[in-house]
Amino acid sequence: MNHFAKKFLASAMLGTLLAFSAHAATLNIHNGGDPQSLDPQKLSGDWENRIAGDIFEGLVTEDAKDNPIPGQAESWTISPDGKVYTFKLRDGIKWSDGQPVTAGDFVFAFQRLVDPKNAADYAYLQFTIKNAEKINKGEITDLNQLGVKAIDGKTLEITLENSTPYFINALMHYTAYPLPKHVVEAKGQDWVKIGNIVTNGPYKPVEWVPGSHVTTVKNDQWYDTKDLKIDGAKFFVLEDQEAALKRYRAGEFDILTDFPTDQYEWMKKNLPGQAHVAPFSGLYYYVVNSQKPPFSDKRVRQALSMAINREVIGPQILGTGELPAYSWVPPGTANYGEPAYVSWKDLPYSEKVAEAKKLLTEAGFGPDKPLHAVLSYNTNDNHKRIAVAIASMWKPLGVNVELVNAETKVHYDQMQRGQVEIGRAGWLADYNDPDNFLNLLVTGVQMNYGRWSNPEYDKMIKEGNAETDLAKRAAIFKKAEQLALDESAALPIYYYVSKNVVSPKIEGFVDNIQDIHRTRWLSMKE
Amino acid sequence: MIKYALRRLLSTIPVLWIAVTACFFVLRLAPGGPFDGERPLPPVILKNLAAHYNLDKPLIQQYLIYVGDLLRGDLGPSFASEDFTVAQQIMIGLPYTFTIGTAAFLIAIIVGVAVGCLGALYQNKAPDYILGALILIGVVLPNFLIAPILQLVFGIHLAWLPVGGWGDGSIKFLILPIVVLALPHAGRISRITRGSMIEVMNQNFIRTAKAKGIGPRLTVMRHALKPALMPVVSYLGPAASYLLTGSLVVESIFGLPGIGRYFINAALNRDYGMVLGTVIFYMVLIVVLNLLVDIAYAWLDPKVRNR
Repeated sequence: MNHFAKKFLASAMLGTLLAFSAHAATLNIHNGGDPQSLDPQKLSGDWENRIAGDIFEGLVTEDAKDNPIPGQAESWTISPDGKVYTFKLRDGIKWSDGQPVTAGDFVFAFQRLVDPKNAADYAYLQFTIKNAEKINKGEITDLNQLGVKAIDGKTLEITLENSTPYFINALMHYTAYPLPKHVVEAKGQDWVKIGNIVTNGPYKPVEWVPGSHVTTVKNDQWYDTKDLKIDGAKFFVLEDQEAALKRYRAGEFDILTDFPTDQYEWMKKNLPGQAHVAPFSGLYYYVVNSQKPPFSDKRVRQALSMAINREVIGPQILGTGELPAYSWVPPGTANYGEPAYVSWKDLPYSEKVAEAKKLLTEAGFGPDKPLHAVLSYNTNDNHKRIAVAIASMWKPLGVNVELVNAETKVHYDQMQRGQVEIGRAGWLADYNDPDNFLNLLVTGVQMNYGRWSNPEYDKMIKEGNAETDLAKRAAIFKKAEQLALDESAALPIYYYVSKNVVSPKIEGFVDNIQDIHRTRWLSMKE
Repeated sequence: MIKYALRRLLSTIPVLWIAVTACFFVLRLAPGGPFDGERPLPPVILKNLAAHYNLDKPLIQQYLIYVGDLLRGDLGPSFASEDFTVAQQIMIGLPYTFTIGTAAFLIAIIVGVAVGCLGALYQNKAPDYILGALILIGVVLPNFLIAPILQLVFGIHLAWLPVGGWGDGSIKFLILPIVVLALPHAGRISRITRGSMIEVMNQNFIRTAKAKGIGPRLTVMRHALKPALMPVVSYLGPAASYLLTGSLVVESIFGLPGIGRYFINAALNRDYGMVLGTVIFYMVLIVVLNLLVDIAYAWLDPKVRNR
């Protein structure tokens, strides 16, 4: 072959290679923080869920709208008392190394999750499974006592402590993903390292540079690989939202999973249709220490709640149009219907303030005896803006507010110790069910920072969770919610919104209440 | 010289030990723990986690375990990144930080010395004023302001360079972070060089050189530059430390996977092992860099060498 022919051949090969790589649809996602691990039992954040949910698949998985659909299980039956779930696994499901996924892998994963030795942060999410909590507390040491059994290689039976109507939704959570028993046992802690890790989702991880990115590619062993439109994804670590937006504008990212709120107006004009702001299953609220006078007085709590002008917070203070919250459970939550609302929801703001003043006067406060309150929040520009605005809304009532800010760890440490008078908090649903929110106000629950306690409320929550009829359950929950709102157990402020920026070349991105968008449902235009 | 270097290195061991001990106890005294957050964990989970990381033991016992592990060369686990130990994370981040830091360091010296010399040679003339004004921008404007401006201009509007990320590590990904990191130090080095050079150029031995008929360029290169660089060298130790440790903002803005930002993230997350690990790493680095500067100083100044 002469020199020219060699050169030509080399050029042609390079050209083919470049053309091939140009057609490879890789999704570049701005994913915020660095994942703590790729082990689904060691995760706790939504940025980790984005990766974990692409590389692993549970018995149940989610569609583009975040509805539960069969995942590794092709079907399931539920016993009449709602306590025993029997799952039939799909035929021919495999791990990415070609080994079959069996019911035993699920048993292994659930046992590992609740085993106290493994100290899984989120094990409590599966405490509805029989004996899970007792094993995790060390009261039972035999892991085989857990209510998860392999009937045969393809049949899995899960027994619950009580009927739990949201259990199928809870199975979509990463704590319910299976683990490759054969790899975990062979490699120990290192099973999760790139090179060792074996997964059963649509994609598999092939690279992880801490502080930079995680790269995934199609998992050829997954049962539906032929329908995947995206060849793989790169999940980029970048906490700085301003910098992330610049990289999006430069075409380096296809999806931003958050953006600076003060850029929203600019984006609406300059990146039309690309900023997705949608209702999200989360609540931004203030807790009031109801164990400490004068905040133990229901009238004081209600006055503070009524004087918050929620209508201006989303559109004007945050600028992203978060909806004002007058209920404890966000609207749109599954298994619930319309939530309960505070009785004074539709009063004009001036009347709310007048009523709030009256309530404070009745409680013994007024111009001669102003109410002094310490409002604590964790360091964040938006929290600060909201705190300053709410303090000014309370001023006409004669409330002198002292603002205290602390970094997140310190703030939540103080909240848990009950050392705050009024404190900022937020809750994003782990699973789509009202129980996830209503549980925050149950006596003795750790997240009940305001320590509000009402035996009647506690009884109703317990009763609702034991009810198998979803309509009856929702009615009981609604009564409980109404009671908490009437008592101003805490002050709901706004419902969270999800904030994504999606390139026009991405198709299949559907806004949903849990802000979960698996790569398998997306495609990319050339 | 080797004895001197070894003695210097050994003398840092007690300093390192005191720093590690102080850092260990101060961290534990800080409010908030590694597992506090928006979602509090149930007591049973917290108990399991505490046992897993030895946090359920008395503080003094935790300290002894840490020091014992450290003596065996084990920097321990990271709470925030369970798949990598502290040592593994430092080793992963080091090449990125080192590449950016070293390149910025060299560029800061070359540009700083060149601009400083030109400023001194054209003292109070147009080139001095123009270069002085340009360099002042680099010194005065913080890198968190310069970086977004450069990203907007060169990344978005002109689309010449990537806005961020490491990419494949090719030079186009590195230009902006290196420039942003080097700029303030180039500015300071040029100011120091200019002042020192003016002083040296007014000294008798330079006048003698000029009287012998040696041209200005040769006078500077052969006679003035070496003594004029003495204060610059003094500055290089701290500058190198700043460049290698102070790349936090640059790594954060450009989304680079270096270790600069590990420290702050670890401190905020109360990732005790990672904070201590980075403190130890940086202390060793600073000691080594200062040692290198002392050696360079001795090479430049015979008085120091013969002392």
